[in-house]
Amino acid sequence: MDLYAARRRRNRIAQGLSVGATLFGLGWLVLILAVLLWEGLSGLSLAVFTQMTPPPGSAGGLLNPIMGSLILTGLAVLIGTPLGILAGTHMAEYGRYDRLTSVIRFINDILLSAPSIVVGLFIYEVMVAPMGHFSALAGAVALAVIVVPVVVRTTEDMLVLVPKELREAAAALGTPRAVVIIRIAYRAARAGMLTGVLLAVARISGETAPLLFTSLNNQFWSLDLNAPMASLPAVIFQFALSPYADWQKLAWTGALIITFAVLALSIVARTLAAPRKSS
Amino acid sequence: MTSAAIAAADRPAADTADPAEKIRIRGLDFYYGDAKALRGIGLSLHQNRVTAIIGPSGCGKSTLLRVLNRIYDLYPNQRAEGEVLLDGENILSARQDVNLLRARVGMVFQKPTPFPMSIYENIAFGIRLYDRLPRSGLDERVESALRRAALWDEVKDKLGANGLSLSGGQQQRLCIARTIAVHPEVILLDEPCSALDPISTARIEELIDELKDDYTIVIVTHNMQQAARVSDFAAFMYLGELIEVDLTSKVFTAPRDRRTQDYITGRFG
Repeated sequence: MDLYAARRRRNRIAQGLSVGATLFGLGWLVLILAVLLWEGLSGLSLAVFTQMTPPPGSAGGLLNPIMGSLILTGLAVLIGTPLGILAGTHMAEYGRYDRLTSVIRFINDILLSAPSIVVGLFIYEVMVAPMGHFSALAGAVALAVIVVPVVVRTTEDMLVLVPKELREAAAALGTPRAVVIIRIAYRAARAGMLTGVLLAVARISGETAPLLFTSLNNQFWSLDLNAPMASLPAVIFQFALSPYADWQKLAWTGALIITFAVLALSIVARTLAAPRKSS
Repeated sequence: MTSAAIAAADRPAADTADPAEKIRIRGLDFYYGDAKALRGIGLSLHQNRVTAIIGPSGCGKSTLLRVLNRIYDLYPNQRAEGEVLLDGENILSARQDVNLLRARVGMVFQKPTPFPMSIYENIAFGIRLYDRLPRSGLDERVESALRRAALWDEVKDKLGANGLSLSGGQQQRLCIARTIAVHPEVILLDEPCSALDPISTARIEELIDELKDDYTIVIVTHNMQQAARVSDFAAFMYLGELIEVDLTSKVFTAPRDRRTQDYITGRFG
């Protein structure tokens, strides 16, 4: 009995410690969200979504950085997703047993955790410097470089999870390999692969460092991919560091918009990834 | 006598006329990497007959079955040596197109594996690979395959429902329907009932009996009663070797080899 009592005591201590750690972690998260809401919500108005960033001291909104962020993120996903899915497909389907695949996976994991400022510098060297000016295109490419490893990883993981029985069953009908992959494996892994893309979007929509070296920022409305473009993270960075109260206010509002956009995306991703009940 | 032996003896004797040979296996060896899983297998499989492959776990029965449609080709470290002649052509030759082979030699697996799509699409999938049919023709092929697999009445009102929504026994019949929809010549069944309840098992066994009018059937089973009930020929394997093969009634009532006798009387395995 003594042994059992001691085990129960130890269990209670361990449980208390883990609950405490969880509450501590969650506490900060709640604090962050509360401060964001407190500071950002008051600045939220229709003008934020309809007007351009103002000079200090006048009224304005965040339309150009919101649009810029949408364009940069959209373009990055457009460039990065096909590359990532193709590479992930190769690793899971054609090269699953190759030595090369484990090498690629290792390099991809390094890329996955590479500091994003390094990515920004790299694109600055290979695109911005030769072109002679900052551009939205360079920004999108920098973000795409961050998208690729995320999508490669989730695509490979999700395809590897497709039961081999399903693949064998399809092959046993005389199905060519490409058809097995596209019609069976992709279909079975669809939700997980989509989740990967959404997670990548969530990741890049808050990235600032790679944009500072590439798309820079723009006070004005611009849709020109060959010119600097505003983006929410860059504007937040600039406005939050400024001494002007109205700019700081806008920075808070921008931060609120990004946070809740990412939150919404994550919820969508979670819902898609949840095991679907068979109808 | 064991119950399996009684079931085998009760079975009406297969036609005495010599059935045509569909597949002949000669000197077949199989390797998983360096491990040799099959040793010098020689076996004939007859048209319109059911051949059961029996033996203890790990004896190579499934491996042998997986050679017959070269499904092992999906894995780079598995290889077969020797000859497997399908209508006289060696299917192990490098010239053999494996997809065409698999369209002729269908396979049903132990675990029901419906594709993640509707019941209709599950059947239409295989048909579309090799035939371009108008909608009405496709509908007909799907219906006849489902009827053949004794599933039509249960699903005809919900062909658009996901294949995964069916029960285990229905899923397995869906897989059989999917296999026969592409009109193969040989059907390989790899323990098709081991995940099913007795009622579903009985339905599948009836189905096997009906299907042999049109196909050459090879079934791997752990269940000796099942082998006795459904098969015309039985092949006993042990440790990667084929120990004996004969009419099922003979194997179960008067086995020639000591090991066969030990196995069917339940002394091991």
